[in-house]
Amino acid sequence: MLELKNISYVVDGNKEILKDINLSFDDKFVAITGPNGSGKSTLAKIIAGIIQPTSGQILLDGEDITNLNITERAKKGISYAFQQPVHFKGLKVKDLISVASGKTMTVKEICDVLSEVGLCARDYVNRELNGSLSGGELKRIEIAMIRARATKLSVFDEPEAGIDLWSFNSLIHVFEELHEKTDGTILIISHQERILEIADKIIVINDGHVEKEGDGSDVIPGLIYKAAACHKVSQN
Amino acid sequence: MDLIQKELLEQVADLHEVPAGAYNIRTNGSAAARNTTANIDIVSKEDKDGIDIIIKPGTKKESVHIPVVLSQSGMTEMVYNDFFIGDDCDVTIIAGCGIHNSGDDLSKHDGLHSFYVGKNSKVRYVEKHYGSGDGKGGRVMNPETAIHLDENAYFYMDTVQIRGIDSTNRITTADLKEGAKLEISEKLMTHGEQKATTVFSVDLNGAGSSANVISRSVARGESVQDFRAKISGNAACAGHSECDAIIMDQARVSATPELEANDIDAELIHEAAIGKIAGEQLIKLMTLGLTEAEAEEMIISGFLK
Repeated sequence: MLELKNISYVVDGNKEILKDINLSFDDKFVAITGPNGSGKSTLAKIIAGIIQPTSGQILLDGEDITNLNITERAKKGISYAFQQPVHFKGLKVKDLISVASGKTMTVKEICDVLSEVGLCARDYVNRELNGSLSGGELKRIEIAMIRARATKLSVFDEPEAGIDLWSFNSLIHVFEELHEKTDGTILIISHQERILEIADKIIVINDGHVEKEGDGSDVIPGLIYKAAACHKVSQN
Repeated sequence: MDLIQKELLEQVADLHEVPAGAYNIRTNGSAAARNTTANIDIVSKEDKDGIDIIIKPGTKKESVHIPVVLSQSGMTEMVYNDFFIGDDCDVTIIAGCGIHNSGDDLSKHDGLHSFYVGKNSKVRYVEKHYGSGDGKGGRVMNPETAIHLDENAYFYMDTVQIRGIDSTNRITTADLKEGAKLEISEKLMTHGEQKATTVFSVDLNGAGSSANVISRSVARGESVQDFRAKISGNAACAGHSECDAIIMDQARVSATPELEANDIDAELIHEAAIGKIAGEQLIKLMTLGLTEAEAEEMIISGFLK
């Protein structure tokens, strides 16, 4: 279980991106939502070790991992899917899936992982991870790496960002399956109502602090009401 | 052949034993072994050091290995190898040079490979350069390649120099007739205080000819690389050159692509990029459990694969 205790993150001396965040993640599928610029992605990066918090403590299964670097946290069982998947010249899909799994995988094993994220495996195993792949394909490969790692905590930073509606609709099924099959905790940052609907718990972050947390029936109506109010204000 | 020579052969030509087909293995300045076939003849030059490789028209699915190894410190040589490839051939030529220098004297191999490729022939040319040994003597290699392509000939050159050569001046020139096609893939890595210069000069003389020159390099330590590629379009043709370099540590890299169009239907493109390894690439691999150093190695080996 992941716990965040009094996590704050300050830049430029006084600009508070995150303010005294206290959260524990013991549900299977947790969604973090909130307006753009509210600090969601920063929080995900702090969990993965990409950003060090200004103050506070991060515990994984009771162990303090605040001072561990990215690699050490990855080895402890934290996976992190990028919002913008990274391109690699020369490295192939099979290379990255194998590294993610931490062992030499057979072509069949790699294909199985790719099939789980809805990619016709044979077409992708030997593809380079570069701009010749579409945004949707790169996102699926990013998710496949997380599947191959199969760690106790998987963090996804806005998997819907940068992909078209058609790709997104089929991605939802991938996350529904992840929800069913994963043993660990899935933490997903998303603005998408359909993702929020399948979450066991939703955390709303606004202006760097936790505004609300609860299950879908508690949280989603408030979000819709708020969105409608914003829409009305902008119309006026 | 001793163990060092065998190791060099393995590095430059993937040879663990005597290759199939035609071959000429040169060690420390003289021919160590040679084999010819019904279609491929190898003849020593009489006026200078080197060999003529003569491939009969219509030869298909055959290969020639011509590796060179230098393991004697202080050995320097200049070799001229000429390849005469008849019309309608489909052959693979594997060259390569390995230098092991554990002494204090300079070891140097200079070579000029000239290819005369007949009409409609396909040639795959693989060339690897490698250096080893911990002597103070330098390991120097200056390979020059001249490619002459007749009508509709196709030439693919795969050239790799990953380790151990202290100084190299690589020159590749090509001229292409109607419909001929040239593809070059260069992979280069320098480290320590090594210096590497690469020069490509391609003349697209025939209508419908094309050239694609791609160089990927990694410069580490305090090494210095200089890349120059010139493509001249003298007919309705297509030319593309690309230099992509990763710079690390205190290395220096210079890239000078040049295009010259002498025909209104010449379509020429060049691309050159130099930069360090992107931070996000390192972070991505670290989130998969690699250390920063392991991530760096994986990125470089993929880039040069």
